[in-house]
Amino acid sequence: MKLMKNLFVTLLFLSSGSVMAAGGSGAVLDAVPLNMNDKQSLQNGAKLFVNYCLSCHSASYARYNRVAEDLEIPLALLKQNLMFTTEKEGDLMQTTMPVEDAKKWFGVAPPDLSLVSRVRKPNWVYTYLRAFYQDESSPSGWNNSLFENVAMPHALFELQGVQRLMGKMDADELHAMDAHAADAGDQSDAYTVVGDAKFELVHQGMLSPAEFDKAMMDLTAFLVYLAEPVQLKRKAIGVYTLTFLIILMGLCYLLKKEYWRDVH
Amino acid sequence: MAIHRHDNHQSANAFMEWIDRRLPVTKVWNEHLAEYMAAKNLNFWYFFGSLAMLMLVIQILTGIFLTMHYKPDAELAFASVEYIMRDVPFGWLVRYMHSTGASAFFVIVYLHMFRGLIYGSHREPRELVWLIGCVIFVALMAEAFMGYLLPWGNMSYWGAQVIISLFDVIPYFGPILTEWIRGDFVISDATLNRFFAFHVILLPLILVFLVFLHLVALHQVGSNNPDGIDIYEHVDEDGKPLDGVAFHPYYVVKDLVGVCGFLIIYLGIVFFAPDFGGIFLEKDNFAPANPLQTPPDIVPLWYFTPYYSILRANTFNFFWIDAKVWGVVFMGLAIAVFFLLPWLDRSPVKSIRYRSAPFKLALVLFLIAFFVLGYLGMNSPTPARTLLAQVCSIIYFAFFILMPWFTSIGKTKPVPDRVTSDAH
Repeated sequence: MKLMKNLFVTLLFLSSGSVMAAGGSGAVLDAVPLNMNDKQSLQNGAKLFVNYCLSCHSASYARYNRVAEDLEIPLALLKQNLMFTTEKEGDLMQTTMPVEDAKKWFGVAPPDLSLVSRVRKPNWVYTYLRAFYQDESSPSGWNNSLFENVAMPHALFELQGVQRLMGKMDADELHAMDAHAADAGDQSDAYTVVGDAKFELVHQGMLSPAEFDKAMMDLTAFLVYLAEPVQLKRKAIGVYTLTFLIILMGLCYLLKKEYWRDVH
Repeated sequence: MAIHRHDNHQSANAFMEWIDRRLPVTKVWNEHLAEYMAAKNLNFWYFFGSLAMLMLVIQILTGIFLTMHYKPDAELAFASVEYIMRDVPFGWLVRYMHSTGASAFFVIVYLHMFRGLIYGSHREPRELVWLIGCVIFVALMAEAFMGYLLPWGNMSYWGAQVIISLFDVIPYFGPILTEWIRGDFVISDATLNRFFAFHVILLPLILVFLVFLHLVALHQVGSNNPDGIDIYEHVDEDGKPLDGVAFHPYYVVKDLVGVCGFLIIYLGIVFFAPDFGGIFLEKDNFAPANPLQTPPDIVPLWYFTPYYSILRANTFNFFWIDAKVWGVVFMGLAIAVFFLLPWLDRSPVKSIRYRSAPFKLALVLFLIAFFVLGYLGMNSPTPARTLLAQVCSIIYFAFFILMPWFTSIGKTKPVPDRVTSDAH
């Protein structure tokens, strides 16, 4: 009985421990409403990617013409809008920034982004992209509330503008805010909340906060696509395959019944 | 026209006679398929033998196509897998079938072993079938472990690092042995190359040979059944068991239904959730191997986690020998103990249908412990979790150590003469 009691107590601890771990180790992330079937959103993401990311980051497993084919971008448009230097359409999407220079400038080579949304999850990417703020103490002048002291500067500041960190919220405040947002329908104009951080928009960029969030959703969707280009077709092929197998299974079952009819 | 057909038939016969005088094709076909008798009441649990063979074939075929594009080179391996995923036509399908196949193989093998356990398929006269099966299980673990290094992701790298360094605890020889296994002081290109050689040649050859032995041994003694009784005790005047049916066509057509059912689940995962929520493909493995960056939690894939939990659970320095050494010993014993099962089980009956209550209780506790250990192995340890892992490790080993006792007490049900359930 003592063993059972110990076991029970242990199980109790275990369950509370896992709840704490979920709150403690996991950063607070904003859910990104992805629609991988929205070609326009993916195309806009691709445009943002080549304009703002590709100058420093590579996507060295992805090819330009594959992106164009999957996202239904005509090749002429691809060359005109997404390829800026001497690349050929079948080339891998490589940055022109030499790794040695990158290390000198940022202290670390910018990671390849082909698979970033599979290593980090889409919600992380979406939160991270919106969590840059001005920080005079950092070498680049920027910091990120999700990824503290990140080497990357705010590459998208001309779109978002300049944010100032007002502070981070604890679990109770976040909970209260969620409840309030559900009531009021929207956040206050005085500040925006990204993850668990509260920001004040000091200087607005080319996009309004809502437009910027939408743009980052598009960029995240593109990065999710980029991590596994076939995902747009994979499920469609799966539907045909499973339909075939279900019919085949029915036929095999009838065959089996026919053979086993005389076995008692 | 009739004469013409007759001629054809005769020439086909003549052809088979020509062959059979030189190669016993008809004899083997009859002995192992058309006249191999199995009980007519084999149920759901008996699908997993043929499914395991199907899975082996799928892994070998997809593996062959993967090697056509994969580069076993520390500089190129990770990129070559992404090349397969993106640029090789249907390479993604072949790769996902192989990666999901590894997990599916273990699901099938665990269910196959469990079937043996509940219907007493490890008991006399099938001890060797069981033992060869245990060797297959160990070979499959080696195959999976080495295959997991090949994508050269960060979890591949660090997983191999942790498991190989387990041998470090062996007194005196440990460091020499680990260096010999790796071919270097750390996991490196040399390790990747030799693991590739083992994974694509040595272990598949061993596996195919062992599966052949497993089947020959099985056909020597005949298949068990859910009642755990000998169908050859009641035979007709031709010596055919009254409760038996020929494997071909009866179980061939029945297994086809099982194959379809399995493929629906397996390909369902391949097409709709190949990561399986990070359990079949871990997120840290989408970053290339980086000797300077350890992933936050190094965990093996799910099929190793019960044993990994047992490895981590021990914190006691028994006889002043380091707890880590005991952890490795316990993990080894947790697998080795399956080999003893035929001699630990003393029950007068084979099948769970007629077993005593103490056996059923012990089996349920063992299953719970196995699943809890598996769960704990997937998560980072805390003091409470380590305690739970210790409790479950004790239950795990107690199941085997106490088996001679709890299988010989309690009241078993009378075993029927003939198989009970109807063919279905």
